[in-house]
Amino acid sequence: MTAVDETTGAKEFGQSRRRKEDARLITGRTKWTDNIVLPGMAHLAMVRSPVASGTIASIDVADAKTSPGVLGVWTGADLDAEQGDLPCAWAVTPDMKHPRRPAVAAGRVKFAGEIVAVIAARSAAEARDAADKVLVDYDDLPVVLDMNEAIKEGTPLVHEELGTNVNATWIFDSGEAGTGGNVDEAIAAAHADPDSLVIERTFRQQRLVPAFMEPRSTVVDPTGEQLTVWSATQVPHIARFLLAVVLGISESKVRFIAPDVGGGFGGKIHLSPEEVATVLIARKLGKPVKYTETRSESIQSAHHGRDQIQKITLAAKKDGTVTGLKVDLLADMGAYLGLVTPGVPILGAFMYNAIYKIPAYQFKCVNVFTKKVLTDAYRGAGRPEATFAIERMMDTLANELGVDPLALREKNWIKHEEFPFTSVCGLTYDSGNYEAATSRAVELFDYEGLRREQAERRARKDPIQLGIGISTFTEMCGLAPSRVLGSLNYGAGGWEYSAIRMLPTGKVEVLTGASAHGQGHETAFSQIVADQLGVPFEDVEILHGDTQITHKGLDTYGSRSLVVGGIAIVKAAEKVIEKAKPIAAHLLEANVADIEFDSGKFSVAGTDKGVTIQEVALATFAAHNYPEGIEPSIDADATFDPENFSYPHGTHLCATEIDTETGKVTIRKYVCVDDIGTVVNPLIAEGQVHGGLAQGIAQALWEEARHDESGTLTTATFVDYTLPTAADMPFFTTDMTETASTSNPLGVKGVGEAGTIASTPAVINAVVDALRPWGIDDIQMPTTAQRVWKAIQGKEFDASVGAKDTRDGSHEAAPGNGAPLWSGNESGGAQ
Amino acid sequence: MGTRRISVTVDGVAYSDDVEPRTLLVHYLRERLGKTGTVVGCDTSNCGACTVHLDGRSVKSCSVLAVQVDGSDVTTIEGLAQNGELHPVQQAFHENHGLQCGYCTPGMIMQSVDLLKDNPDPSDEEIREGLEGNLCRCTGYQNIVKAVKAAAKAGSVSAGVAGGAA
Repeated sequence: MTAVDETTGAKEFGQSRRRKEDARLITGRTKWTDNIVLPGMAHLAMVRSPVASGTIASIDVADAKTSPGVLGVWTGADLDAEQGDLPCAWAVTPDMKHPRRPAVAAGRVKFAGEIVAVIAARSAAEARDAADKVLVDYDDLPVVLDMNEAIKEGTPLVHEELGTNVNATWIFDSGEAGTGGNVDEAIAAAHADPDSLVIERTFRQQRLVPAFMEPRSTVVDPTGEQLTVWSATQVPHIARFLLAVVLGISESKVRFIAPDVGGGFGGKIHLSPEEVATVLIARKLGKPVKYTETRSESIQSAHHGRDQIQKITLAAKKDGTVTGLKVDLLADMGAYLGLVTPGVPILGAFMYNAIYKIPAYQFKCVNVFTKKVLTDAYRGAGRPEATFAIERMMDTLANELGVDPLALREKNWIKHEEFPFTSVCGLTYDSGNYEAATSRAVELFDYEGLRREQAERRARKDPIQLGIGISTFTEMCGLAPSRVLGSLNYGAGGWEYSAIRMLPTGKVEVLTGASAHGQGHETAFSQIVADQLGVPFEDVEILHGDTQITHKGLDTYGSRSLVVGGIAIVKAAEKVIEKAKPIAAHLLEANVADIEFDSGKFSVAGTDKGVTIQEVALATFAAHNYPEGIEPSIDADATFDPENFSYPHGTHLCATEIDTETGKVTIRKYVCVDDIGTVVNPLIAEGQVHGGLAQGIAQALWEEARHDESGTLTTATFVDYTLPTAADMPFFTTDMTETASTSNPLGVKGVGEAGTIASTPAVINAVVDALRPWGIDDIQMPTTAQRVWKAIQGKEFDASVGAKDTRDGSHEAAPGNGAPLWSGNESGGAQ
Repeated sequence: MGTRRISVTVDGVAYSDDVEPRTLLVHYLRERLGKTGTVVGCDTSNCGACTVHLDGRSVKSCSVLAVQVDGSDVTTIEGLAQNGELHPVQQAFHENHGLQCGYCTPGMIMQSVDLLKDNPDPSDEEIREGLEGNLCRCTGYQNIVKAVKAAAKAGSVSAGVAGGAA
């Protein structure tokens, strides 16, 4: 087997190394963008539209221009000739409608929060003072907020020039693709068959705010030969490329730096209007300029996530075998397209079938424009939505059939011995062991004990009702094989770059194009390099986030850093060793063919003669004594393009208590067992799971970006957009099984998004499970106390509900009724 | 706009500065003193990222005016370590992976120190409630709670040792 064998003897792989990056972060020696101060630096403030839809009738900047400290005021009209068009990298269909997106609106505003003017002043406070003095008159235009309304004939258009509010319609059909059957036939057959059933449900994925803790900030220094941009971004390389394209400047004249970046979660994947505006003003002033958004500005104008309406149709036999799945989505783009806005729902398209053997599948997504801030990637991007829908449907089906929901899942999932498995979407899942992860989760959870307690509470109509929710998930991560992205018409590839510099003192500098913002790359990548080159962990320095250091890279998102970026590092290390071998052989006066490398030492096979990699590095630096015909360098670089995605999976179990008198939902127990392949650093991996869980749980229970009827975001501060606090969060029980990926030499799969993808349906399934005695089989997110309390008012409590189907009498007692609880599967077992 | 002179000790160094009456303590620390370890995460006093100690008690430095600290002693995250030794809470955050991106960390650590001052042996629940005014988006809080618990333990051990020696 690849991973374990190749890393046998590895000293660092699998160790819970404490993080290198902590030293500066716990002492305040940080380099956040907003910390940067440059000589003569000006500060910007943005004037933003308070209306969601209107024409700018007039802008009066006279008072602002004479405000103390002001260096200049620019409206959209002033900047329009040079500001270009902010790009979208993903034309999902050839006929996709793509509106122009200005950094600063000129003429029309299309969402509340859009920039209409920019102030530069000597201090940030003076800039804000002046911003308050800009008087803008808007002629209101109709707002379009609701997706179902937006696509109706006669609804006012978000972008009149496009002639429609539909951005694109994207379809995958397994029958047409030849990867499965025809779903309409499967559904028709189920309708006609008394031993089958068809379930239709509509789910609402509410709007969410990524809410990275560090507000976005940009500093631009236009002095010198290169334009230098520091920015709180996940994507310095992509942003550099896009900035060059948008402003028509030479890419080689732009240096983009992501210094310490305080979280992203997808929310910092873009070239933002603010970044472009800051560059434009810095060029005009000829001086460094800084712009840092306030939190309210961030919530109003940085992209949101999710916001879909999911209509799901599932056909199944009454023995529980799923025979078809049809997905009809409406996805809210908001008013504009960001970097991957139209592609986000499509990232979910291949995951609705999840871990199940579903023979016929169709996915159709209609992307819709509305007059709200744009949506784009948010942790999981497409896959949480898909996982939510299918896992809600599996619970619904189990309830309809009166079978245990875990047993139903097992009936349909891909068995361990069936890997590699080609899904109904045509993806090849390389490895997995759903039985093992589920067995372990059930054991940690005390599934049967909690089911028993649930029955008791129901029987006595306890005011605290218990619900149990399940989510067995997989995700495609490690974005991405470049050819696959090409086939989806994405504007770039999915490779990653690394270079290794062997310094004469034996220290090692490793360059990576995967730019971290909290994930712990400096530690985990150091561990990988320490093993690959046999050098001490402390001697490895990971350099990233600066296009002058790493000239190319595709940055950090989509759980790609380890599975793509980490493998690029491995490939570069292999090249270093190959380049060092002839020099080592020369120093040892041996044949290259006889040189072996192990744990940092080159030795001559069958002898005790050897030389360390550090000695080779020094000898190469001196270059006094090396073979003829080769260069005196053992530095190397590599670009790694994966051939497949990786497919982490896991089983998440959640028990919620619902106070039926107040509607309050409390998580009593949360257990997850994730299989992310081999694990470089268990401590970091577990931390990623924790954080992911918190965000997924927050979607289920608390968070929602809401607008009033005029399109004003009414949740634009942390007072109203309710991020969970420590007091809200439960204790998580986490564990891992390890089924190595066979698609890469380390056996790793990626972990950044797993917790978020899996947890939302686990929680909602638990909430619904607790509410079943009232005949409730769905509830909209977030399930606030008010929403839960309202849902049960005026409804009869029937303690017998939940054990079998009683809904609208459409099915008699199902064949599976009374089936035993899921009791594990001996074929499992972690490797 | 008029200014007022304040004298304040920050991380052991005495400063005298003229400040605008409207200047927030956090802006004074960051922009005038270069104490950029203390950060701003919101504009509604919800996130706690800017938490510092004012005369030994934690405050959100976005909710205090610079003129209010005249004559006071302020400790920021940059002044917590002594003689090159990390504070036990800093050490515990490191050991227990209580941070990821690190943006909330200065405030979280300063609040935790204050919490332990009031309650040297808190339960998990008391820690969670004590940190309710500090938001973290990365960790799900579990390792933060663990870190504070570990720091409490380390603190009681060292207190015990000190007590024994006295």
